[in-house]
Amino acid sequence: MKSRTIKVDYLARVEGEGGLLIKMKGQQVSEVKLKVFEPPRFFEAFLRGRKFSEAPDITARICGICPVAYQMSSCHAIEEALGVKIPQPIRALRRLLYCGEWIESHALHVYLLHAPDFLGYEDAIRMARDHPTEVQRGLRLKKAGNAIVNLLGGREIHPINVRVGGFYKIPARTEFLSLAEELKWARDAALETIRWVATIPIPDFERDYEFVSLRHPDEYPFNEGRVVSNKGLDIPVRDYEQHFAEEQVAHSNALHSALKERGAYFVGPLARYSLNFDRLSAAAQQAARSAGLGTVCRNPFQGIIVRSVETLYACDEALRIIEQFEMPDKPYVEAEPRVSIGFGCTEAPRGMLYHRYRLDERGLIVDAKIVPPTSQNLKTIETDLLHLMPANMEMQKDRLQWRCEAAVRNYDPCISCATHFLKLRIETE
Amino acid sequence: MTASPSHTIVIGVGNEYRGDDGAGIAVARLLLLRVPADVRVIEQSGEGTSLLDAWRGAPSVILVDAIQSGAVPGTIHCFDASENALPSGAFPCSTHAFGVAEAIEMARALHELPPHLIVYGIEGETFADAQGLSPAVQRAVAEVANRIAGKIETASNFPS
Repeated sequence: MKSRTIKVDYLARVEGEGGLLIKMKGQQVSEVKLKVFEPPRFFEAFLRGRKFSEAPDITARICGICPVAYQMSSCHAIEEALGVKIPQPIRALRRLLYCGEWIESHALHVYLLHAPDFLGYEDAIRMARDHPTEVQRGLRLKKAGNAIVNLLGGREIHPINVRVGGFYKIPARTEFLSLAEELKWARDAALETIRWVATIPIPDFERDYEFVSLRHPDEYPFNEGRVVSNKGLDIPVRDYEQHFAEEQVAHSNALHSALKERGAYFVGPLARYSLNFDRLSAAAQQAARSAGLGTVCRNPFQGIIVRSVETLYACDEALRIIEQFEMPDKPYVEAEPRVSIGFGCTEAPRGMLYHRYRLDERGLIVDAKIVPPTSQNLKTIETDLLHLMPANMEMQKDRLQWRCEAAVRNYDPCISCATHFLKLRIETE
Repeated sequence: MTASPSHTIVIGVGNEYRGDDGAGIAVARLLLLRVPADVRVIEQSGEGTSLLDAWRGAPSVILVDAIQSGAVPGTIHCFDASENALPSGAFPCSTHAFGVAEAIEMARALHELPPHLIVYGIEGETFADAQGLSPAVQRAVAEVANRIAGKIETASNFPS
């Protein structure tokens, strides 16, 4: 019986260090291992004994691509613990900051990390030689997102202006208005992006996933909502650990997360989109339909289209917030320490990010739990590969390996975040 | 959008909290007070898209970064990046997958490379979580600053 192994020692175009090993015997996959060897980072342990006010800045250091997500989930969890209510103008600015992070992260993934997979380039630099207009558009789009984070977060990477209760300082209305012109360009560029990715050849592949994301009564989810799925889950954030568990697997320095009752699940753009299509703006819904998407998307390779739709949404939402800007009375709400526990979930570009903190009477962190989106997707990525291999056995080894790597990149995995992950190997015995 | 810079830019790249990775930043700080007013000296983390913005439109760019090629710590490497790609794998200290070498090749692919781009690489010894440079790197930082200051002075004495 013919057997083959796909092995990628270092996966490219993902954040952090990971590899992939797939072993086949005939048409059967005998082993799929997404190996995460990025060293563990012990952030949850670093947080013990620190003051609650330090959590947003410490956890922002977990990731250079989605620091805002860590700041937002930590703030919401601690604010719940301390009974802090956030006024509407501060809430709106938090959504604006999140729009900036989605735009920069999605533009980077769509143009520089994932498009080369579908267009047959080893990397974005080789793609840029043949597609300079698109790559320039992607870089400028990313910069438009950076500009929001820079203004409101204080700097592009690891922003420093977020605090429990709000912001240290809120820029003047005129500074926000100065972002509008470039955001109008970015909105058109996002539409152009959707039209472009709709023409890219994308593999057919669908599975019946359990999608999990936040759902809010009237908004596309960033900061708030209930945790819902397409298989009947509908819980408040504080019940997260009753339904989800993390487990250790020998081949990975990242924990694998699973639904206690049903196992693997899917977080990220496809999940958000499929559970919240009705919450997208009319323009984003229209653009998605024009690109050939339905109201639910079960093909993870189409994640490149969904990210582009979410980028359009984020540009529109950012412009809306800037137009309706209202200066808060105070940049933040004071928080008083007390013995408490708080839970927070927000939607990082890669998916739902869960934080839980227990605080003592002085406001020191007794313990902390952080579940990043990539560790929630690891089981689903491995299962995708399990299904992808038999369907593509006729492919040449190098093409098959390419397809498998692209399937991992569908999830825009952030290995640095999860290690607490990419190199690929397909072996033929 | 920032206006196009019309003169030489010196870019010090690195992270001063990661030992010798701070070499580029240290060179920039030494040069800040030594170069003519029309020369811009800036510090960068090495994130590629920011570098593309930083040197856009500049006729002449000198970039300094720490390097890890296996040479003796403090060794000074000098590359003319306007002609050739940097040796692959020598600049591993850049943030994320899109760092100095990638930014240079992306700019070349997009025809946005500055006409003159000199890259100094200072061989580092340690890149651990700590502030401060190792002695050999400290000496190389001073030497690179002297060489760049000399280059700039020569260029301004003989305007093109």
